[in-house]
Amino acid sequence: MSSPLLSPRWGYASITDKISDIVLHRPLHWIWGLGFIVAGALSVVFFGLVGWLFLAGVGIWGVNIPVAWGFAIGNFVWWIGIGHAGTFISAFLLLLRQKWRNSINRFAEAMTLFAAGIAGLWPILHLGRPWFAYWLLPYPDIMKLWPQWRSPLVWDIFAISTYLLVSLLFWYVGLIPDLATLRDRAGSRAKQMAYGLFALGWRGEARHWKRFEIAYLLLAGLAAPLVVSVHSIVSLDFAIGNTPGYHSTIFPPYFVAGALFSGFAMVLVLAIPLRKFFGLEDFITLKHLDNAAKVMLATELVLAYGYLAEIFTGFYSGDKYEIAITVNRFVGPYAPVYWTLFALNILVPQLLWFRGIRRSVSALFTIGILVNVGMWMERFMIVVSGLAQDFLPSAWGLFVPTWVDWTMLAGSIGFFVFLFLLFIRALPAISIFEMREIAAEEKE
Amino acid sequence: MSALYGIMAEFASADALLAAARRAREAGYRRLEAYSPFPVEGLAEAVGFGGTRVPLATLVGGIAGGVGGFFLQWYSAVVSYPENIGGRPPDSWPEFIPVTFETTVLFAAVAAVVAMLAGNRLPRLRHPVFGARDFDLATRNRFFLCLGADDPRFETGTARRFLEGLAPMKIVEVEG
Repeated sequence: MSSPLLSPRWGYASITDKISDIVLHRPLHWIWGLGFIVAGALSVVFFGLVGWLFLAGVGIWGVNIPVAWGFAIGNFVWWIGIGHAGTFISAFLLLLRQKWRNSINRFAEAMTLFAAGIAGLWPILHLGRPWFAYWLLPYPDIMKLWPQWRSPLVWDIFAISTYLLVSLLFWYVGLIPDLATLRDRAGSRAKQMAYGLFALGWRGEARHWKRFEIAYLLLAGLAAPLVVSVHSIVSLDFAIGNTPGYHSTIFPPYFVAGALFSGFAMVLVLAIPLRKFFGLEDFITLKHLDNAAKVMLATELVLAYGYLAEIFTGFYSGDKYEIAITVNRFVGPYAPVYWTLFALNILVPQLLWFRGIRRSVSALFTIGILVNVGMWMERFMIVVSGLAQDFLPSAWGLFVPTWVDWTMLAGSIGFFVFLFLLFIRALPAISIFEMREIAAEEKE
Repeated sequence: MSALYGIMAEFASADALLAAARRAREAGYRRLEAYSPFPVEGLAEAVGFGGTRVPLATLVGGIAGGVGGFFLQWYSAVVSYPENIGGRPPDSWPEFIPVTFETTVLFAAVAAVVAMLAGNRLPRLRHPVFGARDFDLATRNRFFLCLGADDPRFETGTARRFLEGLAPMKIVEVEG
């Protein structure tokens, strides 16, 4: 490591106090309050519309035959993809002994949980009869029916629920020592009890740490393949179907790269305000942002390869429907979406080759937002364009989103922000014990 | 109950605690407990850590999840509700792999966490060391070594003198 990850003026006590004071002592800031009110209002709108959806049915969306998969599925893929960066940071980078991950893994994992949780809502909302969602699970029912194991949609249920549960376990296990810190530093009895209950009586005994470290490493080893598998299975929802534009073997790696790309963009979008508002520039340094930007650049190149491979195989297949959909993306009704996402996902991130850009906070924040917009458009394009113009032109039909589609998308983003704002006030946004480890290593 | 749980010494650094734990073990103490605000390499071995079953439990959990997940699909597709779809075989095992993989990971992860907590005897919200003065710093910046009173070699006077010889920041008695 060329530059230290942590300035030597930080010791165990000052790290602990700095991070735990954000939760325990810092008064509410009006910006946080404003964000909380806006995000809370959007959440109310979101759940209000969910209620209306349950009453009125999916007709309030723009979906219809032939485009029965609209925003809900695009949003699902987008949100679950965002979650992947958190698991990548916490699991892959832990196994690779990338110590810089220690200051960003906690909030990135929270991001994963919230994003994956919101993602999981969309397919259920999309079901048409969402109160029968439990039919997707294998359970002994009086109809004597079983899930169709050969369907990627059933694989998806297992992939998403495993991903959510393992992410939750990983996050919670990593939190236990920090919850003990909050318990021991809390001023009021109520806080002591709340944090103490969740800390499970952690006291930092050497044997406990040893088992903890082993379990943590094993969880990382188990979560790492999930990063690759979950989005691969999501991509099979499309790739196994024979709709032109869906039916492609490049999908699994291309989806995984896109997921990491958008996820790291979201990590930057969250980390930059977090470090600024809470004065965490010494923990989440420019080096961290630089590294995250490099990962973005690398995954972006894989994604670009995916775009090119899709175009190439479209023509190389010799299949007139595949060729037609490829050409339709260039010049068809959704061409503006296609060219915009191409610019946002492929051209804009080329700026990250420059060190000056990778170390410019405002540039990274802007690129992060643009990439998230671009990745959302990519998912929209994949989901909708193949369905809108598949085989017989007489069966073609365009998808036009309604205001409910747009408002629910905005509402889900608001709900995500709402959860994240609650998280940074209730739990340590940076892993305290792992930062102490860095301090101990820097001393040597 | 006010029997003595042990005598605890407080140190300022991980190295001091590690050295103290090794000295105590050399002196014949076996009921040692060391507390630190982050994992210290070698400390568990220094206090006589005997190994852990967490990896074994994870393996067993993973195998159970994998076998169980595959069996669930095989049983329902072949025995309980076979469907003839264009003459395709009911036992289409390659298509059972994704769910088998997911249940393997899920069960292994749950087993790892449960085994870690069970091995550590957690949750345990009440423990004698929590009553010791300044022990709340064990989750902040201080390192503690506790000689347990149930150690056959334990005798309050000599244990205290031994700990004093390690130059700790302070020594406290922990009530049981």
